[in-house]
Amino acid sequence: MPLRLLKYGLSKDYPVTGDIPATPDLKPSYDVVIVGGGGHGLACAHYLSKYHGITNVAVLEKGYLAGGNTARNTTTIRSNYITKEGIAFYKEGVQLYEEMSEELDFNVMFSQRGQLTLAHTEATLRSFHLRAEMGKHAGTNIEVVDAQTVKELSPHLNMDEGGPLEIIGGLWHSDGGTARHDAVAWGYAAQASRRGVEIHQRTEVEGFDIEAGNITKVRTNRGTISAGQVMIAVGGMNYDMALKAGVELPIRCFPLQAMVTQPLKPWLHTLVSSVSLHTYLVQSSRGEIVIGGGSDPYQLYSTRSTLDMKEHLAEGATHLFPFLHGVRLLRQWAGITDMTPDYSPIMGASPLKNLWLDCGWGTWGFKATPVAGKYMAQTIANQKVAPMLEPFTMERFATFDLLNEMGATAASH
Amino acid sequence: MKILTCPMNGPRNINEFQSFGPLKANPDPETTSDQDWARHLFRADNTRGVIVEWWRHVPSNYFFLAERNATTNEVIRTFDPSELEAAQ
Repeated sequence: MPLRLLKYGLSKDYPVTGDIPATPDLKPSYDVVIVGGGGHGLACAHYLSKYHGITNVAVLEKGYLAGGNTARNTTTIRSNYITKEGIAFYKEGVQLYEEMSEELDFNVMFSQRGQLTLAHTEATLRSFHLRAEMGKHAGTNIEVVDAQTVKELSPHLNMDEGGPLEIIGGLWHSDGGTARHDAVAWGYAAQASRRGVEIHQRTEVEGFDIEAGNITKVRTNRGTISAGQVMIAVGGMNYDMALKAGVELPIRCFPLQAMVTQPLKPWLHTLVSSVSLHTYLVQSSRGEIVIGGGSDPYQLYSTRSTLDMKEHLAEGATHLFPFLHGVRLLRQWAGITDMTPDYSPIMGASPLKNLWLDCGWGTWGFKATPVAGKYMAQTIANQKVAPMLEPFTMERFATFDLLNEMGATAASH
Repeated sequence: MKILTCPMNGPRNINEFQSFGPLKANPDPETTSDQDWARHLFRADNTRGVIVEWWRHVPSNYFFLAERNATTNEVIRTFDPSELEAAQ
């Protein structure tokens, strides 16, 4: 625990200071312009300023800080993927979460309580064995467990013995966890701005001036600035933003909906998800049950919520935990996800020399916030794609080197 | 409940339908470069305006096309694929 917290607890004059300075005027020129003030952009700003000595950085955010997909996801942190490239990347992501509160001197409420994915069919169980072996090989904590162990890990579960959705086993990933999304973004923002990074809220990028394969200027609603290097990390807006620079990403946008119940006493001690029911649940530190599932079934640029999806999620949740039937919903929301064809992100170089992509995060971006920030910063500082990110290049769609994470992402994780 | 009007079965609950994504041109595999073939496979219309997309009415296994606004979700019209062939 950071000592600062203890000091606050003992002080009569609780020092209330803002973590993030007010938005300054734009300077004419920056070494690095980060488009998008969400978790990923702010993490990159933190790593650039702390580990690469690059502080002449502007983070441009159209709305308010971390109000997009950073605020709309369901904060699952895990590394139980299936490709070796994916596991290596997300594994480091989990490790960086383990150290994040210390790194940022900011309590991000990381709670490493483990993730339990349920199998209702033999076919699912077979895919779990493959994921478990891939994960063990890469050094993550993951194992296939039987129904008895599932019961012990989550005693309130309806096992549906003899029923059509009988739980016959599970994938137990004890590295899995959750963290407070606002704290993650605020922590990075506070650290970066303390080192001189400028965070410009309500600053919308309207276009780019391009000369000889380089972005020379970034045009915003608050003025035009010169940029040495540019990174795009704007979540659901990535397709549009890249197009402004003439780059067409292989992305389709779908809404992703989630909801929370009224707060309850702590009872759900792991993250629980069901492959067949397309539903997952986690209890937040406030006691709310966060319920999420798969993306909407057709593409749309909208953050509306639908009754269909609420009913579907409620059906899944009450099947797994029947006593939830009388619990009320408190909030519902949606985000726009930028889905790639292979359910892996697009990171690294673009067709423009000084434009770097941190895109295609679909439904799986929050867990990668620190690791994407770390390696994107390394990439931008060296102007050379970090080896960790090489497999995630946009070029993989031209060379058919896909990283298929469909089975380990979306609703079926 | 959202209703989608199937050209064959009339207005039905949208849960009876499956989206198959935006309509794409069918390039000739003999004459298309590898680059363009990859593009054909992995890119799809993701504009914010009106998109033309494939849908299937699952119980009758009938495929048709819809013009839908990808921002407002307004369905402008649905039609049988033969209309498209007739227009070509």
